[in-house]
Amino acid sequence: MKLSRKIDVQHLTRVEGHGNISIRVRNGALQHARWEVVETPRFFEAMLVDKKWDNAPWICGRICGICSIGHTLASIRAIENAFNMVPTKQTQTLRLLLKHMETLQSHILHLYFLVAPDFLNVGSIFPLIESHPDVVKRAAGLKLLANDTCDLVGGRRLHPTRTVVGGFTMLPDKKDLEAVRHRLEESRSDLESTAELFYSFALPAFARETEFVSLGASDGYPFIGGDLVSSDGVRKAEHDYRAMTNEYLVEQSTSKWSRLSRQSFAVGALARLNNNFPHLSTGARKMAEAFGLAPVNHNPFMNIVAQLVECVHVVEESTGLISEVLDVPWTRPRETVVPKRGMGVGAVEVPRGILYHCYEFDTKGRIRRADCVIPTSQNHANIQHDLEALTLQYVSEGRSDQEIERAAQMLVRSYDPCISCSVH
Amino acid sequence: MTTGQRTYMGVPVPRPRTAFFELSSCEGCQLQLLNNEATLLDFLDLLEVVEFREAMTEHSDQYEIAFVEGSITRRDEVLRLKKIRKDARLLVAFGTCACFGGVNQLKNRFHDLAWVKKAVYGKQAVETQEARPLRDFVEVDLSILGCPVRKEEVEKIVTNLVLGKSVNLPKFPVCMECKANRNVCLFDLGEACLGPVTRAGCDAWCPNNRAGCWGCRGPADEANLEGLELVMKKYGISRESLLDRLECFGGFESQVRHLRRPSRKKPRARG
Ligand code: SF4
Ligand code: SF4
Ligand code: SF4
Repeated sequence: MKLSRKIDVQHLTRVEGHGNISIRVRNGALQHARWEVVETPRFFEAMLVDKKWDNAPWICGRICGICSIGHTLASIRAIENAFNMVPTKQTQTLRLLLKHMETLQSHILHLYFLVAPDFLNVGSIFPLIESHPDVVKRAAGLKLLANDTCDLVGGRRLHPTRTVVGGFTMLPDKKDLEAVRHRLEESRSDLESTAELFYSFALPAFARETEFVSLGASDGYPFIGGDLVSSDGVRKAEHDYRAMTNEYLVEQSTSKWSRLSRQSFAVGALARLNNNFPHLSTGARKMAEAFGLAPVNHNPFMNIVAQLVECVHVVEESTGLISEVLDVPWTRPRETVVPKRGMGVGAVEVPRGILYHCYEFDTKGRIRRADCVIPTSQNHANIQHDLEALTLQYVSEGRSDQEIERAAQMLVRSYDPCISCSVH
Repeated sequence: MTTGQRTYMGVPVPRPRTAFFELSSCEGCQLQLLNNEATLLDFLDLLEVVEFREAMTEHSDQYEIAFVEGSITRRDEVLRLKKIRKDARLLVAFGTCACFGGVNQLKNRFHDLAWVKKAVYGKQAVETQEARPLRDFVEVDLSILGCPVRKEEVEKIVTNLVLGKSVNLPKFPVCMECKANRNVCLFDLGEACLGPVTRAGCDAWCPNNRAGCWGCRGPADEANLEGLELVMKKYGISRESLLDRLECFGGFESQVRHLRRPSRKKPRARG
């Protein structure tokens, strides 16, 4: 058995942002297995100070190029909560539809563009254009459907234009929504084929018990607002988010870390699913069962399957949401905003897990203090502990350096980290 | 991606080796390329992508065109940028962060980086500097504007690049595109809009969605700011709203400095 190992991955590829992996084994003992975040901070929380409320969603969407819609919606929710505004039913439905399509877009991007190449032994999706044209076509088709719907509802797939405090600047055309509903129904077979493809991939056999944090609602699989729950039995109100996140600083990372009942916890598709399994749509539940995914699952690689299951869930639920708005006449798109002194929190489940925005306003609606807690920053500590456990397991199994390096990279990737977002 | 020789109207055209890099950014501009589902494959056919960390594992220092996204906010980024400049025949500033500093430069307005750092990281040491555009450090051959860039425009520019045609950005303001699209003017709805002073090319993306322009593409060739101030006043839109928009993306840096002076309004840095 090899006694000493030195594995370094600088700027891990096929993830959003910049992170490194460093593993050292000497005389058979693990010296360190480290997940380092080297991303440059952009200081969004400072940027917002003294800005008026209407700047926040517009600026904060720019925290992330993948989940700009989620950030925009969390920002809007924080402001509406601070100003005591409750969105109309119509606005809630359209926001959830928009949110769902971002989830679909982001999960498909992760599954096909970032994860699948690992299992098909290629460096990117690009060689698959020739070797697996049907796979690439399917991925592009699903992503296009999701993005087209985001354009339709949010005005723009990236950094949305129509989403504002109080509602929407403009409403979609009902005919277009009907066409989307039809396309969503048709996409089911593509999701089935996606499931078949992923079913053929052997996920690493690894598990480490941890705590899972997500929104927890009683009336459905939660995405926007509500109570905060953990698989260890913690439950807090949305405005009490800091009791859930407990952020702290560490040397090895420009992103903050989090903990709750244990040394680390996980957020994301697997956490949502572990905490809210009974609320999945019928098709989604069936798919989870076919993959042997039942709560509470502690294999981080299963986050990939959880994302797949959520794709089915959001597609099934979205057709219903569209029917809801089609059945009734449009009401006013947007409510007037009256700024108010106070604090507001918005908790939203974005593709990579639970996201919080919190702002404190003065009487004129200017931001005095801002705080954003990003899903990936909550995951960093969990990734770190998984990386150690995985390395130990692979070392004791006598795996090669190459196998360890590959598994370590795949582990980090399975969390779908959004690193620049986590540093923000 | 095919590897065979490409032709355009019967003439063989090379597929330039192309690399994508990101500095301080949201990576959204790069993702816009992957968001090109309908035309992604044709687009990839134009170029030979040799580096794109967010999408591929392989990488290479041998390339002709470098697309650089993001602004400079740390010393190591200056070094990376200089190396890219050395390797690339053509360096493209890709997106508003790279062209003007983007939203990242909003922290510059405090003129007090120590406070900015403390506000987010408390006592922990963290390195940062004023967010600056690429052109402050290296020569930039081409700027592709937008936060985010518009994929149709990127495709047009890249096609022209590959075919060796010249690339010209529109000189006129967003208003022209907006009027051509027959939108309701935001001013008439009582909202602020920078369409009159911002460089066109986005097809009035925001006003098409009934949202005012925030000037992400920077000033048009003839940006009459005094005129805009008067219009805003007439419609009862506050100077603060105008300034918020002008300073959001960095393109109007000099104008903002000019406008802020008479009002002497400096953002207060709180500790
Ligand atoms: S210009 Fe905008 S979209 Fe592009 S990287 Fe910067 S913040 Fe993101
Ligand atoms: S909405 Fe804006 S861009 Fe359009 S015409 Fe009015 S000022 Fe010009
Ligand atoms: S309308 Fe203005 S803010 Fe919107 S994309 Fe165009 S230039 Fe940018």
